[in-house]
Amino acid sequence: MIKNISNLGDAAVYCDFGSEVNETINSNVINYFNHLTGLVKKEKIKGINNLTPSYNKLIVSFDLSITNFLKLKEIIENLNIDKNIKKENKNIKIPVCCDDEYGLDFDRLNRKLNISKEEILKLFFNEEYFCYMTGFIAGMPFLGDVNEKIRCDRLETPRVKVPEGSIGITEQFANSYTYESPGGWNIIGNTPRKIFKKSNLEDPALIKPGDKVTFFQISKQEYFKFND
Amino acid sequence: MTKTYFEILRPGINTTIQDSGRSHLYHIGITISGAMDQRNYKFANNIVNNKLNEAMIEFAHQGPLLKLRNGTINFAITGDIFFNIIRNNSQIEEGKCYQNYNLHDGEEIDIISTKKSVYGYLSVSGGFELEETWKSYSINTKAKIGPNNGKKYSINENIIIKKSNIENIKNNQIDYKNLFNNIVRVIKGTNFDYFSNQAQNIFFKEKYTVSRLVDRMGMRLDGPYLENIVNTNIKSEGLVRGVIQVPADGKPIILLSDHGTIGGYPKIGIVISADLDKVAQLTPGNKLEFKEVKLEEAEKLFKEYTAETNKYLNEHN
Repeated sequence: MIKNISNLGDAAVYCDFGSEVNETINSNVINYFNHLTGLVKKEKIKGINNLTPSYNKLIVSFDLSITNFLKLKEIIENLNIDKNIKKENKNIKIPVCCDDEYGLDFDRLNRKLNISKEEILKLFFNEEYFCYMTGFIAGMPFLGDVNEKIRCDRLETPRVKVPEGSIGITEQFANSYTYESPGGWNIIGNTPRKIFKKSNLEDPALIKPGDKVTFFQISKQEYFKFND
Repeated sequence: MTKTYFEILRPGINTTIQDSGRSHLYHIGITISGAMDQRNYKFANNIVNNKLNEAMIEFAHQGPLLKLRNGTINFAITGDIFFNIIRNNSQIEEGKCYQNYNLHDGEEIDIISTKKSVYGYLSVSGGFELEETWKSYSINTKAKIGPNNGKKYSINENIIIKKSNIENIKNNQIDYKNLFNNIVRVIKGTNFDYFSNQAQNIFFKEKYTVSRLVDRMGMRLDGPYLENIVNTNIKSEGLVRGVIQVPADGKPIILLSDHGTIGGYPKIGIVISADLDKVAQLTPGNKLEFKEVKLEEAEKLFKEYTAETNKYLNEHN
């Protein structure tokens, strides 16, 4: 199931599940993540301080004063993973305003893809997205798949500050900047909906791996009136 | 009973509360945070007889000017810092790092600046009275998590100090000198082979300069362009402190304590654990050189670094 295990520096294990991005590989990653999380909670493995699942990788970071790469590699290689983990997945609707002050990169997309703003928006809003992972900044969802016609690389030099609420696309993925942060995605709009609520200590992230997400366009007026 | 507290007369540039950091939250995008220089952080706790993971004030470049209200405390400052203690008789006492002092009601600590480094630490015996978020007191200003609503401190705000018995505290000191060398040891990254042979050579031979774009999240470097011959994007995946990623502009970025948990730029290398404290203290304009080490050597160097830290911690016990 894991194709290759290597070290990411001296304090993390890099589990590679393959190079493609699809729901099957991603479910595999999530199964390992859930299994290891259980073992860490029951204190059956020592020294792990974080588990980071992504599309097709799982990073296990650890305290080098407690354990090391070879010990954890052996444990991970010998895990017996339960494949029948049931999850409850939600359908979440996210409002987006795409006026020019929020959609920062339509010129770039137009230049790179030779496609109009109207066409980009039509293709973007027409899709139902799957959440592969959350992270980078608190609660940021990584969603796929974006229509092939509007897939574009990241910015050559990432922005120092992407505004909070920005909706970005890059390659086959879409996301939402839950906080102002540096970042290199192509920004096409902004949502007034809070996707990460730290006041909700038990469950702060609105969108979680496996959830389905659709976006709908709103006017600037609706943006300012929005209340969640 | 009124509480003992610091009144902030000048906040400094980036004054926050930090501890040993937050864990088990990378998967929802919450980073580790914590003191940028964990060694100096531990030393500051040790000198005032705190447990080593007690939360304290971290400051950068220019530190705060703090007035003590309603009590007497015992404190210490670590790092490479100019600071004064302003006594009640208006006498100004020049402060020394790595030793503890008593401070009385109405007296002030004026942390003027760091010298050849970025971060310094102010601990008080018994610690501060703070609200815990996800098992840590660290302030993460990007995600607005932690004490003070996740913000850096501003003028006229107060930081409450826990009640503690300081009568029996001895004069402690650690005989430590911050040594700054510019060799940063790294293990090759998972995308090392994305870079041309020439770029691989440049990375380990040429000098890089710390740019002005540096904060608790990361450090962008200036220097020779690193040519990527495979793809300047990877599928976003987990990150750890110390990862050196190279975006399409060919300039490396070192990720630090408040780094994003996931990223899509190729990783050319990862700073070894033994050098993370040192890297965090590099300041804009500093030059650095990367040197390759293998995993086994990195593990050995970490053991040595930890043993050295412990040797200083045991010095006065």
